[in-house]
Amino acid sequence: MTFLVEGFLKALELLISGDISTWSAVSATLKASTGSMLVSLLTGLPCGFVLGYFDFRFKRTIRTFLDTLLALPTVCVGLIVYAFISSKGPLGDMGLLFTLTGIAVGQTILAFPVVTAITASIIENIDPALKLTLISLGAGKKDIILTYLWEVRFGVLVAAVTAYGRVLTEVGISMIVGGNIKYHTRTMTTAIALETNKGLFADGIALGIVLMTIAFTVNLSLSFLRKR
Amino acid sequence: MKSRRYYSILVAVLMVLSCALTVHATEKGELMMATTTSTDNTGLLDYLIPFFKQETGIALKWTATGTGKALKLGQNCDVDVLLVHAPPSEKAYITNGFGKDRREIMYNDFVIIGPKSDPAGLKGKTISQALSAIKTKKAFFISRGDDSGTNKKEKLLWKNADLALPDKEKWYVQTGQGMLATINVSQEKNGYTMTDRGTYIKYQDQQGGNAPLTILVEGDDILLNQYSVLTLNPENCPDAEYDLALKFSDWMASDAAQTKIGEFRLLGKTLFIPNAK
Repeated sequence: MTFLVEGFLKALELLISGDISTWSAVSATLKASTGSMLVSLLTGLPCGFVLGYFDFRFKRTIRTFLDTLLALPTVCVGLIVYAFISSKGPLGDMGLLFTLTGIAVGQTILAFPVVTAITASIIENIDPALKLTLISLGAGKKDIILTYLWEVRFGVLVAAVTAYGRVLTEVGISMIVGGNIKYHTRTMTTAIALETNKGLFADGIALGIVLMTIAFTVNLSLSFLRKR
Repeated sequence: MKSRRYYSILVAVLMVLSCALTVHATEKGELMMATTTSTDNTGLLDYLIPFFKQETGIALKWTATGTGKALKLGQNCDVDVLLVHAPPSEKAYITNGFGKDRREIMYNDFVIIGPKSDPAGLKGKTISQALSAIKTKKAFFISRGDDSGTNKKEKLLWKNADLALPDKEKWYVQTGQGMLATINVSQEKNGYTMTDRGTYIKYQDQQGGNAPLTILVEGDDILLNQYSVLTLNPENCPDAEYDLALKFSDWMASDAAQTKIGEFRLLGKTLFIPNAK
């Protein structure tokens, strides 16, 4: 139990003293997660909109498939990405293994289904009367889509925050694809796993608190956006 | 006004993204090494590698895993050089055409550690007798169970004692984790485990020199733990930095590096004994 208290004090110490290895892990985490979140939002939001707004064949099948992907184990994503970007893999020439970009690719695979599925659900749940009202008011297709997007802006925020939570906390992809290389691909979560592996539980807790602080800051700035 | 604000947010985010994308792991003239948890967890590499960088100008990065995965990473050409400790597997690796040169660098030894109360009475026994005693008493034995160098050695010891590997026994606990984590599990379960001496000293150091687990069996020839640097076969991995890997191998065997390895101490004890020829 004592290591919980020790960990809390250590977290303050790490943050205040500007410990290099901690800050490099913070920076690695932020870089990889920002990259993956951007790509998954840019691709996932339009896909989610199409899936929720339009009716077409196999829509249900795709939704079921997508919902299944929500349960993707991070270690498996890591292994699949590794298979592709290993030197002997089909994309080996890109040199993505043991890089933050490689981690971001894996995290994008993780976040994309979350963003798409949540966006689609939100679009589906918009009151059908909205569309009829818009049409009766003489709105064109473009106006309808724009109004829809405006209506779901907070829902999109939920999708983003949820996906960000998954990306920020995953350890399997970062460990396998990134290799936990000190000062390069050591993220917060792989650092926590390493300290725990070394039996330094207090250090693990300290890094966990630092990670929570990052998550808190991100969510705080998003809730600020919501108020506007 | 609103659109301008969104635009500036987008620009800021894109800048962060481009930073993320420009970070590449291995550039030309840089070495990537796969190694075992023991060389990393003890702090040896953090201490030694800055000297290598200083003297040769070569940047070296490493990923620490079990020897099994390290060999696999080399076989897939994902790294340039290996620092591992499983001599039989290493020799087979070279025979199979994955490795090229093998250079012995340093050693320590494996020891069996357990609770001070020693419920299975291991103290004073040979390694084979000790394993039989554990089996008879059904005392907890914590195994790495991860095909690491240490795990390979432990399996060899069971075989050597004419005992079947107690894979499915309740008292045989396989953690699948690193050495220090496995020692911590042993401490929690009040069980025995086999570890390299270096990691045990590190554990003692963490416990403030008053560790609940103590060394019970040691000194057998079979418990020797040899670490070697392996370069990869350029025929299998033409893109691997073979020349740099050879330089690293030579440097590790050089008098300067050997002296530094011998000087690396915790609690006043040497963790790795240099023995390059």
